[in-house]
Amino acid sequence: MTAAAPKQMHLAAHFPGVNNTTVWSDPRSGSQIEFSSFEHLARTAERGLFDFFFLAEGLRLREHKGRIHDLDVVGRPESLTVLSALAAVTDRIGLAATVNTTFNEPYELARRLATLDHLSAGRAAWNAVTSSDAFTGENFRRGGYLDRAGIPRAPGSARPEGTPYTRAAEFVATARELWDSWTPEGAPRPVSHRGRHFTVEGEFTVPRSPQGHPVVIQAGDSFEGREFAASAADIVFTRHGTLDAGRAFYADVKGRLAAHGRAPDELKVMPGVTFVLGDTDADAREHAADIRRRQVSPQNAIAALEQVWGRDLSSYDPDGPLPASDPDPGAELVRGRVRQGDPLAVAARWRALSEEKGLSIRQTVIEATGRQSFIGSPATVAALLAEYVAAGAADGFILVPHLTPGGLDDFVDRVVPLLQERGVFRRAYTGSTLRSHLGLAEPVWKG
Amino acid sequence: MPALRPLHLAAEIGGPPRYDAAHHTGLARLAEGGALDFVTLGDSFARPGPDALAVLARVAPATRRVGLVPTVTTTHTEPFHVSSAAATLDWVSRGRAGWQVGVSTTEAEARLFGRRPAAPAGDLWHEAGECADVCARLWDSWEDDAEIRSTATGRFIDRDKLHYVDFEGAAFSVRGPAIVPRPPQGHPVVVIDGTAEPARDAAARHADVVLVRATTPERTAAIRDDVRHRAAAHGRAPDALRVLAALTVDLGDAETAPEPGLASGPPLAGRGTYYRGGPVDLADLITQWHRAGAVDGFHLTPITPARDLERIVNGTVALLQHRSLFRTFYPGGTLREHLGLARPANRYARAGERV
Ligand SMILES: Cc1cc2nc3c(=O)[nH]c(=O)nc-3n(C[C@H](O)[C@H](O)[C@H](O)COP(=O)(O)O)c2cc1C
Repeated sequence: MTAAAPKQMHLAAHFPGVNNTTVWSDPRSGSQIEFSSFEHLARTAERGLFDFFFLAEGLRLREHKGRIHDLDVVGRPESLTVLSALAAVTDRIGLAATVNTTFNEPYELARRLATLDHLSAGRAAWNAVTSSDAFTGENFRRGGYLDRAGIPRAPGSARPEGTPYTRAAEFVATARELWDSWTPEGAPRPVSHRGRHFTVEGEFTVPRSPQGHPVVIQAGDSFEGREFAASAADIVFTRHGTLDAGRAFYADVKGRLAAHGRAPDELKVMPGVTFVLGDTDADAREHAADIRRRQVSPQNAIAALEQVWGRDLSSYDPDGPLPASDPDPGAELVRGRVRQGDPLAVAARWRALSEEKGLSIRQTVIEATGRQSFIGSPATVAALLAEYVAAGAADGFILVPHLTPGGLDDFVDRVVPLLQERGVFRRAYTGSTLRSHLGLAEPVWKG
Repeated sequence: MPALRPLHLAAEIGGPPRYDAAHHTGLARLAEGGALDFVTLGDSFARPGPDALAVLARVAPATRRVGLVPTVTTTHTEPFHVSSAAATLDWVSRGRAGWQVGVSTTEAEARLFGRRPAAPAGDLWHEAGECADVCARLWDSWEDDAEIRSTATGRFIDRDKLHYVDFEGAAFSVRGPAIVPRPPQGHPVVVIDGTAEPARDAAARHADVVLVRATTPERTAAIRDDVRHRAAAHGRAPDALRVLAALTVDLGDAETAPEPGLASGPPLAGRGTYYRGGPVDLADLITQWHRAGAVDGFHLTPITPARDLERIVNGTVALLQHRSLFRTFYPGGTLREHLGLARPANRYARAGERV
């Protein structure tokens, strides 16, 4: 009697561009903007038979103490345009763009996404994020459509009252109406959508695309975010990258599907995870520690501290102790970035850590902000990834390398073959669309 | 006789809606085979067809030299997104991007967005001009050398070389800076059809390439003079503009075309700027108009791209090359180089130097 075939994992590559995880000081670190960097990483991921290549989005440069933050990688291209170009130099890999639902209109975005699906012969995906804040809003038609859609803005904010998810949910639903508006025989039929946020009347200009609908991804962790994922998404991109947190999250979102008439397999849970490889586990740990030191430069350490303490700490020595006084609650030194949580609680946690282990400011920040997930020899990392999937902590992973553009080379050359040997990852693409890689059915046409 | 200015040639590759990449790539490669300056792909929200900018981004890695100019409209779109997308097209094509500025005048397009009713062309072109203006500012909002990667100070960028644009227009405002670093050409090439009065001023202020639809060389020259005067009035060097005559061409009768007659010149048909005839006559028409100093070149819209573009390239362009009126290879790599246009100086870098 043979054992049941092990569950297959899905893999995606996150382009290591703009963020504080990229080790830009490494001599091997290349351009985060030249097309050749995107081409290299996407082709590497395709060589590794990955499900998709993923781009994040940020629509305003971050600020620190009222000025543009200058310590981390900054400057990125516009996602859908890069992915359209990548469709020319890849054949099978899915192409996923993060595109915000607040500062776009359903008709235009549905059309751009359907176009990408046609141009890539069925490989498009959309991470429909909900980020909306007045800071980012300053780059868009101020006081424009958010008000006109009948949703008053909160005072002093570009964010509509209520939750961004009501707009996001209607946005995705409207896009799906447009994607469904051509008959399978290729005849356009008029759309008439009259909702709380959007009114769309007329004919869509793009026929039903190869995947029916591009794959929809959700990223956002609140109750509402999880409900949105359970009701409308094909993939949920999460930060829950540890075994326990992953299992709890996995059980939670999968458990929400039935209420929306969906089967557990219809939503793939994919945490964003980092990895560090070495010839041995000890090598990898050493390498990982080195990466953390480079990610948290002395200047980064002080900046991280200032973000929690809410005041200028530039006179502090990064190799010295943490400030003795408490943070200013409510002070916001950093804009355009996900916050670490309640500053007083974070400061208490950091102080405890520093005292317990005798850590300097920089060492504390290195320890407290690290999100390195999979560290070890190729065999160790392959075993860990397989274990997470077998244990119900994930359906697969969105891998975030540290280096642009070569950060995935080792993984593809050394880990993928071991995953294949274990029988947990494909040895060849069996289909040509992203839905086929993910084992997702084409959406039923609701004409 | 004064030396002739170099002749510039461009072609539209849109036509009946096609959604597959191979179709567009084939046409762009054909145009590249004729060393054309650029191809355009028209677009609008209310007629069947894919997103033009995405299509030309898909074409970029499959071509090497030809310029890529999609129409992107400004009426229902976000100027910040438009600037990012055009800059990105320039990055992925390594300096071959242009942008034909369009407006959406119809109620049908307005209803697809449900944000505001259709507006008069004058208002829309004013807004389009503002959009082109803020795009140029956003393209300048990163100085070329803003990325410093200084390991000594831990700084990836020199934030003194990044600039808020703080644009306040009648229809929108944008804070900046761009999220996309300054593209290879500094600014992607801006193309505006300046034939109609409401668009003429935006063309004179913001365009690098102005398209003109007129039936005679005299009428074309008059519009060209008007655009150049207006540009000068806005403080621009008129020679920094290229004015191209826009013709729709039907070479379906190629085989039966009459003998070329340079003396009288092949006539344009009654339907506006519609040329019907053979590729040789078209070459003669181009030669005459260009010799007369009426235009800097031509933008040809083949009525049936798959058939007529082949005839344009292998008939008309080959003849012009044979007569040494048009180049046989690309001496440079960027669209600005093809057009003989300088890479724009960065307005913020200049301002910085004066301090
Ligand atoms: C894993 C993950 C990735 C995200 N990536 C982006 C992104 O690339 N761009 C963006 O604007 N927001 C991004 N977000 C933010 C979410 O869209 C959302 O605004 C945020 O998580 C707040 O929603 P929540 O309260 O449901 O978590 C991301 C969130 C998560 C959890």
